[in-house]
Formats: sequence, structure tokens, C-alpha cells
Amino acid sequence: MSATLLTLSSLSKRFGGLVAVNEVSFQVAAGEIVGLLGPNGSGKTTVLNMISGSLRPTAGSIDLAGARLSGLAAHRIAALGVARTFQLVRILPSLTVGENVLAALAFRSKPLWGREARDRADALLEEVGLAGRGEERAADLTYIDQKRMELARALGAEPRLLLLDEWLAGLNPAELRLGINLIAALREKGMTILLVEHVMEAVRALCGRAVVMNAGVRIAEGATADVLADAEVVRAYLGGADD
Amino acid sequence: MKSAFVWVALVLVLAALAAAPFFMQAYGLGLLIGLMGYVTLAGAWALFSGRTGYISLATVAFFGIGAYMVAAFNEVLPYPLVLVLAALAGLALALVVGLSTLRLAGVYFVIFTFGLAELVRQLVTWYEINVTGTLGRYIFMSLGPEHIYWQLLALAAATLFITWRIDRSRLGLALRVIADDEVVAAHLGINLARTKLALFALSSVIITLVGAVQAPRWTYIEPAIAFNPTVSFLTLVMALLGGASRLWGPVLGAVPLFLLFEWLSANFPNHYSILLGLLFIAIVFAVPKGIVALVETRFRTNERAFRPVAMEAEGKP
Repeated sequence: MSATLLTLSSLSKRFGGLVAVNEVSFQVAAGEIVGLLGPNGSGKTTVLNMISGSLRPTAGSIDLAGARLSGLAAHRIAALGVARTFQLVRILPSLTVGENVLAALAFRSKPLWGREARDRADALLEEVGLAGRGEERAADLTYIDQKRMELARALGAEPRLLLLDEWLAGLNPAELRLGINLIAALREKGMTILLVEHVMEAVRALCGRAVVMNAGVRIAEGATADVLADAEVVRAYLGGADD
Repeated sequence: MKSAFVWVALVLVLAALAAAPFFMQAYGLGLLIGLMGYVTLAGAWALFSGRTGYISLATVAFFGIGAYMVAAFNEVLPYPLVLVLAALAGLALALVVGLSTLRLAGVYFVIFTFGLAELVRQLVTWYEINVTGTLGRYIFMSLGPEHIYWQLLALAAATLFITWRIDRSRLGLALRVIADDEVVAAHLGINLARTKLALFALSSVIITLVGAVQAPRWTYIEPAIAFNPTVSFLTLVMALLGGASRLWGPVLGAVPLFLLFEWLSANFPNHYSILLGLLFIAIVFAVPKGIVALVETRFRTNERAFRPVAMEAEGKP
């Protein structure tokens, strides 16, 4: 087992009286892909938002390779090596596709700018299947291409930890196959990924381990196949008719 | 080379403008001073508001502070030092205002900046009445109008040059990302507060200097003159008319509008404010994105490709 990269300890988030995330703890080792699963509203995206700095935890802590992330602003967490995509894809609509990626290169902790940056942006676009389309306006891209561009932007940051929030949602079967291959290729390169996903085919294919949440609480953790067979997980997804 | 040609043309235009006082009557020179002042104000305003989308109505607060620094110190300190002091006063106010307000979004920022301009005016009025004892101040300086004009010309050229450099820098890209989506900007590692504050401060210092340089033209100032909110509105509408996010937008907006306002106030002094209001409304309806964008879309209807500003500008000097 390789070294632990990400550690969540008793992480909680309250919105007024609502406890969205309740004392959740788990770890992600360097180089592994972990699936964060659970029904809608179980607090998965809230966990991702706390890791990336979109939200501040109410209690608990988040550490990345010894550095405390919890309490830091999003731009400082990004500088420490966390990049993400968003559940509802967030493009920079007035920029070109190339500039969307360039923005990640220009503001990461080891910035690239000028010709070097443009070459790198082109290479990243090629990697996600958008070769030669850097001059197009981001707003003109189709949904799947916007998702590809968002992934290229996240990869441009050269993150130590990549957070994917339902990046495979809304794809047709052929696109899904391409998407899974793309993420598998990242794993081959040693990228550490925490992904929130509902597409079980992708979870089985990609994630060595999975963490399952329900109503803000972690209800299971372990090897993906075992976790998906767990009685409580099945009940959380399909409803407890037999209770 | 095309870019070399552009540079030569720009230097020639600058030289011609610098030589203008030698061929002009007092009225023409006065007109040029006012024009150059508004070109600089609109340019400095657009440098921040046009690029971040934070619409500021505090222009006259900084403009007036600049004028008042000159009025207060021109008899005790050498002129260059007075300008430095004015710039520092503008910077200090910009930092205080920026730190406390740049978290406000949209219309709240607009209202705050408008309120700020009024607050500064009331504070200065209070100070003059209760501490100084007289509401007005006189500015007697031996600076000829041509010197004021040359300073404003230099300031306008500097503002354009700084804007041009920023648009092609990482800072320029950061601003465009911020204007599009602040959440994405933060997640890419952009320090939102610092970026916005730096630009607001730069823009505000330039505006303060315009007020300081123009102050000797008035001879007599009082808060109602130096802090006249019309200055903020004119600046805003000039930048919007030309295109606030474009390098040459504010110039293209300021020149025709300034001349039009001069003509209106000379020929319809009693209806000036009404005409001004109607003109504001017409501009917002007719050219919401500014003249530059309008011309570009006309030229580009057949041409699908979008020209990425930041990406192809690298090779130029």
C-alpha cells in the first residue's frame, strides 16, 4: 500500500439545523481511485466542496500529505495541489477552449505562460479528445465537449489530487466508454482521484475502493465489489421495503 | 511589420497631440484639457470596472480627493510632491474601500460606491465648515493650461499603455476568468481579493491624479464642485459607449460624448440635464456592449473563428 495522500477526520458540515455531513472519516492513498457513492442528497458533493475549499467544514479536518486543507481559501487549496470538476459543468464562457485550459496553467503553483503554456494547453486538449479545437468559443461546445474541456482544465493544474463530481453523468454509452478509458489512463499515470459517481459501470471499472454515504453519514467503506454487495448499501440505494 | 507600423502611428498621434497647444486658442486648449481628462477617467474606470464587472460610481470620490489634496497643499509643498501625496491619498482610500467592499456582489457594490462618493463629499464639507471655517478654497498656481494639458496627455497615454500591458499579462487573463466565474477562478488558484484590490487601487490612483492635475483649472473649489456626481456618471457612460472591456473602447466613447456634452451645455444650458438623461438611456438600449464590440460583430458576421486576445498577443513587443 502506498502512502496516504488525503485524510478526512470526523468531517462535519451543518447548514443551519441541517446536518449535511456528519463525522465522516476516510483516507485516500496516493495513486488510487476512490469512489464516493450514495443516494442523492447524501452529502457527497458537500464533502468534495469542503475538500476543494468551496465550503468550510463546521467541524473536523482535511489533510493533504501533511498539509491542513480545512479552513484554507479555495485558491490556497488549489495551490497545494487539489483540482476539480463541477457537478454542473462550469466553463468560462467568454474565453476560448484553449484559454480555459491556459487559465489553469497560468495560475497553478508552478505557472506556465507564453508559448510553452499554449503548447501544453494544446497537448491537454488532445489528451481529452479536443485536439485542434482550442480556438473555438467555450460557450459553443456541446455538453460532452464542455466536460472534456473541464477535465483538461483540471489536469492543467497538475494536481496531486483530482476531484471528479459526476463527471461521467449524462453521457451516452459510447461516450461513457471513452470517458472511462480516459480516467483509466490517468490512473496508469499515477493520478490520485476521488470521484463522486452514480454510474455503477464506471465505479466498478475504475474504483479500487469505495466509500458509501447516506444521509450525511459514512455507511460503508472497502473494496468496491464488497461495498456494493453490502446489505446496508443496497438498502440505502433501493429503499428499505423490508423494514 | 504591422505592429511596428501601429507603434509609429501611435507615436505620431501622440506627438501631434503634444504639439497641439502651440496651434490653439485658449478655448480650444480648454476643450482639449477637458477631453483628455475624461479620456483618462474613462480609461482608468474601465481598467477596473470594465474588466471585473464591478460597476463603480465612486469615480468622483477619488477625483475630488485629488483636487482637494492640491487645494490643501499647493502653497506649502512643491508641486511634484503634492501629486505624490494625492496619489498616496487615493491609494489609501482605495485600499480601505477595496478591502471592505470587494466582497459585495453586483448591485450592492454599485450602491456602496455611490454612497461612498456622497459620504466623502459630506465629510469634506463638514471638515471645511467646522474646522477650516470656510466652505471654499482658492487654488492659485502659476501652471499654464498647456502644462496641465501635457500632464493629462501623459497620464492618458500611460493609462492606455498600462491597460495594454495588463490585457496581455497573466493578470489580464485572471481578470477575464474572474469576470466569467469567481468560483472557477478561485479553484484555479487565483487570489480573488488580491487581484481585484490591486486593480481597483491602480484605477483609483489614476483617477485621483486626474483630479489633482485638473484642480488648478478651477481656481476656486468647494465640495459641490469637486465631488459632483455627474463626473462619475459621465465617466461610466463614456466607457460603456465605447466598450469598457476593450483597450480603445473608453477613448472611442469619451471623445464623441465629451464633445456632444460640450455642445449641449453651450446650446441648451437649461435642458442639459434632461438631454443627458435621455442620452444615457439611448446608449444603454442601442449599444449595450459598446461601439468596439458592435463594429467587430459587423465585421465578423461571415467569419466564424474567434480571435483569442491573450493567446496570440505573446509574440508582440
